Amino acid sequence: MFHWLEKNPFLFAVGVFVVIAFAGLIEILPNFAEASRPVKGLKPYTVLELAGKEVYKKDNCIACHSQLIRPFKAETDRYGRYSLSGEYAYDRPFLWGSKRTGPDLHRVGNYRTPEWHANHMWDPKSVVPASIMPAYKHQFTNIADIATAYAEAVTVKKVFHTPYGDDIQPGKAAYEKYYKEKVLPEALKIAKAMKNKDVLDMVKQGKVPEIVALIAYLERLK
Amino acid sequence: MQSSAALEYDYSVAKLYMWTTVIFGIVGMTIGVLIASQLAWPELNYLFGEYGTFSRLRPLHTNVVIYGFTVSGIMATFYYAAQRVLKVSLAELPFFNFLAKLDFVAYLFAAAAMVVSELMGITASKEYAQMEWPLDVAIVVYWVIWGIVMFGMIGARREKALYISMWYYIATFLGVAMLYVFNNMEVPTIFFSGGVGAWYHSVSMYAGTNDALVQWWWGHNAVAFVFTVPIIAMIYYFLPKESGQAVYSYKLSLLSFWGLMFVYLWAGGHHLLWSTVPDWMQTMGSVFSVVLILPSWGSAINMLLTMKGEWNQLTENPLIKFMILASTFYMLSTLEGPIQSVKSVNAIAHFTDWIPGHVHDGVLGWVAFMIFAAIMHMSTRVFKREIYSKSLLEAQFWIQTIGVVLYFTSMWIAGITQGMMWRAVDEYGNLMYSFIDTVSVLHPYYAIRAIGGLLYLIGMFMFAYNFIMTATAGRKLEQEPQFRSPMA
Repeated sequence: MFHWLEKNPFLFAVGVFVVIAFAGLIEILPNFAEASRPVKGLKPYTVLELAGKEVYKKDNCIACHSQLIRPFKAETDRYGRYSLSGEYAYDRPFLWGSKRTGPDLHRVGNYRTPEWHANHMWDPKSVVPASIMPAYKHQFTNIADIATAYAEAVTVKKVFHTPYGDDIQPGKAAYEKYYKEKVLPEALKIAKAMKNKDVLDMVKQGKVPEIVALIAYLERLK
Repeated sequence: MQSSAALEYDYSVAKLYMWTTVIFGIVGMTIGVLIASQLAWPELNYLFGEYGTFSRLRPLHTNVVIYGFTVSGIMATFYYAAQRVLKVSLAELPFFNFLAKLDFVAYLFAAAAMVVSELMGITASKEYAQMEWPLDVAIVVYWVIWGIVMFGMIGARREKALYISMWYYIATFLGVAMLYVFNNMEVPTIFFSGGVGAWYHSVSMYAGTNDALVQWWWGHNAVAFVFTVPIIAMIYYFLPKESGQAVYSYKLSLLSFWGLMFVYLWAGGHHLLWSTVPDWMQTMGSVFSVVLILPSWGSAINMLLTMKGEWNQLTENPLIKFMILASTFYMLSTLEGPIQSVKSVNAIAHFTDWIPGHVHDGVLGWVAFMIFAAIMHMSTRVFKREIYSKSLLEAQFWIQTIGVVLYFTSMWIAGITQGMMWRAVDEYGNLMYSFIDTVSVLHPYYAIRAIGGLLYLIGMFMFAYNFIMTATAGRKLEQEPQFRSPMA
């Protein structure tokens, strides 16, 4: 009954395409406008936090950590209130993860401190003796890529109208000004709270190690 | 199927991809065994400094086995089988033959760039779509060239009706193209930043829940169009060819094909159950996942019944063994998937090791077994040599089967244990276990899984040795075997 179609590769291919595209049209399109509205009071990530999100991506924390608290009592007891769609409105990409070898991190900023994170990333066993997480010591020496994070802020402001202030502008001069006036003071605050002398010295010299950006990002997850 | 003695097929491209299948198989599975061992013995995280942590290596493992091993296997079988079912030799089509070779070179470059960028941590971080935009562009070009070659060959075909395998190859091309392009829509930051920041960085076009929706529409259907559709293409060609049996039912293959095409795409929502994705979509994901059993089992049963009256071959021919076990694992895994897609089961299974367990009974038991059988079948025809060792194949079969069973049983137990412990409460309604309790309890299962993976890897090395020896030292064949692949 379908033999004629199998002799006509063009129509066959069109048929396959229509059939496979159907589900996407119905399921994805209608939800698009609605799902990305931010919850009230949600601020876009600061540039330092964005740089931290890049560290989170680079060292691929999503391999073991989720950022999605499901609406079960066991989860809200453990991690805090369940996640809402509007809380992710500025997450490009989303970082929900698909595996919890370690605990969920969507509200980790509520119950850990910069000092705890600093100790944990240097040597996880120092705070959780049975931990199987590797240490991420290189984050204490690698310099965070703030410029790329800044470029991201400029891009999402322009393309997606993410509500950043007027100080986020394209160009190297604008970036350098922003780095000195906004990024460094924010990094200094984190570095002080980490209580790590080497890190603090680096930030005072005007360099931001990856760990500072990462902790700024983790502190933001609330 | 008629024999095609009159046509001299050109297997040069198929051969190249056969070699890369073997090489990427070894690389990808070695990394797999390493990261599985890291979960059991965390000291192994420090072998290569910053580049050797579980988190950095995990996407490298998935991408090398998907885009390296599996895609190479798909291309090898395509460039072999398509010529034969279309009755057209690539030697007659110098332009398309050239394009195919060019595409292979592009493939090697893209693969190398993928490995390097992922080791460096340059990533868009979406699962199975980690590559940043310059690589995405390269991959789309690679894929489109493959499509051009495919339709060029189809245009020049002598056999007017497309054989079932061709339906599935066409669907592979279209499905991956559509999904890959839409999931990787991203804005390169360098175009807007006025020269600030890394040139290869980009931001996703979609945010938050939307991004998740598109990602798992892709993620789930990458499984469909890389791990299922082209593998079915293989089994529809190689099982009848190796066994000398005609496909059991044309109508069943028709129903399974169109059913699979229509149903699969809806099921992506089952990755997002209990998330912030609208509830109706989650339910659609569940329902269609269950419906998906029909076309999946349709193909598998069609394959099993193809062996009707010839089951003795199962004991005599290891290649038939590989393929029949592959169909069986396909049935297991397409039953397991829908079970995990039921919301109440998913509440326990999601985020646990049951999920990698499910993935691996599919990819190790179904995808890789089918590719092994296809490569061995092809090697007797393209190298015109006898398979080097039957007993090695038999040994590989059993070692790997034991490996797979250890892998998924340990991960089932680990996953359900973990899911139950996360939700366990004491008599006052307080959580009974801290998170780290639920990690420590998994150690024995992680160790068993690593051993299962190691057995599978040993089998992979046996296969590689057998393949190399077949290609270089197998006994020369006077004429092409019609059905059963000769082996020493």
